Amino acid sequence: MTKRVVILGGGTGGTLAANRLRRATSFDEVEVVVVDQNNDHVYQPGLLFVPFGLADPHDIVRRRERQLHRGVSFVESAVERVDIQANEVHLGNGDTLAYDVLLIASGATLSLDETEGLTGPGWMERVFTFYELDGAVALQRALDGFDSGRLVVNVVDMPIKCPVAPLEFCFLADWYFRERGIREHVEILYVTPLDAAFTKPVAAERLTGMLADKNIGLITEFNTGEVDGARGALVAFDGREVPFDLAVVVPVHSGADYVGRSPGLGDALNFVETDEHTLQSKVAANVFVIGDAANVPTSKAGSVTHFEGDTVVDNIVRFLAGEVLLAGFDGHTNCFIETGFHKALLIDFNYDTEPLPGHYPAGVGLPLLKESRLNHLGKLMFQWFYWHVLLPGRDVPGLGADMPTAGKPTITTGKA
Amino acid sequence: MTTSTILDTSVELNDEGFFTNPEQWNESMVPELARRDGIDPVTDGHWTVIRFMRSEYLTKGSGPSVRMLGKTSGVSVKELYELFPKGPAKVAARIAGIPKPRGCI
Repeated sequence: MTKRVVILGGGTGGTLAANRLRRATSFDEVEVVVVDQNNDHVYQPGLLFVPFGLADPHDIVRRRERQLHRGVSFVESAVERVDIQANEVHLGNGDTLAYDVLLIASGATLSLDETEGLTGPGWMERVFTFYELDGAVALQRALDGFDSGRLVVNVVDMPIKCPVAPLEFCFLADWYFRERGIREHVEILYVTPLDAAFTKPVAAERLTGMLADKNIGLITEFNTGEVDGARGALVAFDGREVPFDLAVVVPVHSGADYVGRSPGLGDALNFVETDEHTLQSKVAANVFVIGDAANVPTSKAGSVTHFEGDTVVDNIVRFLAGEVLLAGFDGHTNCFIETGFHKALLIDFNYDTEPLPGHYPAGVGLPLLKESRLNHLGKLMFQWFYWHVLLPGRDVPGLGADMPTAGKPTITTGKA
Repeated sequence: MTTSTILDTSVELNDEGFFTNPEQWNESMVPELARRDGIDPVTDGHWTVIRFMRSEYLTKGSGPSVRMLGKTSGVSVKELYELFPKGPAKVAARIAGIPKPRGCI
């Protein structure tokens, strides 16, 4: 009898898992259904470039449906809730979809209303976020008209998608205002709740040095309680204030709203408790999770989602066959960090190993933890790779899902 | 790593003052640990948070973040900062004898 796998979310994880699953199973064995509330697949790494006029908003959005292989059905509907006892998804359009296996791939959403004042006076006028397309577009206009004053880039709280993106924003802002010849009139300040520029010590040291070199101020352990757009100030819970003329805020993230409406599915932040190695959820044996929706202790990043694809599809196939699951995922993450002036830095790490210097993926390759033009080209080329290799779920020779150790010094620094 | 003496018991603390061996901790150490973090006296509100941190760590393997504390402990984020002005998750973890809550990355 045909088994049905329902995938909630048609973004990076849902799309690549659906396509891999379609290739791994026959049509009579497995039916694959992807559900998403809209049909716009945004290439999220592109959002960083929109405010600086370096990416056209139209170029980073494609139809979700078109990224799915033949034999994968697409349902455009919101999800009301999941009943993990009855193995059913209740859709916003009133339909019910029964499943044998459920894959949660609905990512993280921005919880704007969790921060007092964020969407109050000044929102989309002097307070912006580039974490969604409308905000990134509006911010481009604001930056265009910004000639002098203090630009504050603030992360409200972790976890956030792509934790290096706010730093990249600072680096690109430095480049942008230099290009415009007004850098000396603009103060750039990075305000973070962390006790350093980044959580991983070796990378944090390197990134802190780069902030200083580019004359970007750093305020750490700042827990934003309120964004006062009328007055132009971030207010921390401990009473500290940071005045601004223009604020770029990365709001707190939560899992999808339907997770919160589904009894027993999510934690208090609507993320799903997930085994960090098998990617099977801890809430029901036939529920698996890929990407930002999972609460696994690694970055919420596209690269993680990509590397999880192998394991999660393998394990869904094994589960359907009644076989033992493999603890295949090692927490592998890598990120290109755009540093401006046509250069970028690359970092590569997993659950147990910190970002290290060296080369990726082997002795000859892209330099790690070091600015280079090659890494910048790598970041630009990645957009092609995303649509044509990553989403279709193709394997690339020499680029496996596990973190490579060739090309790096043999230092294991233990869990972060 | 340093060895510190609390109420005649020697305990292992890391550079940031977190217990490296949470089993060495007991509730009678709380007032002394709190004093070292500038909290005196320890009120019922402090106790609620400290006990909650401890039990979350024992069941989940990591203390919660401030935001998670605000959603699950019954104490709002604002009140948490009133109780622990220098940072609720960090300071309460130190007093509760558990490792620094795992920063999400």
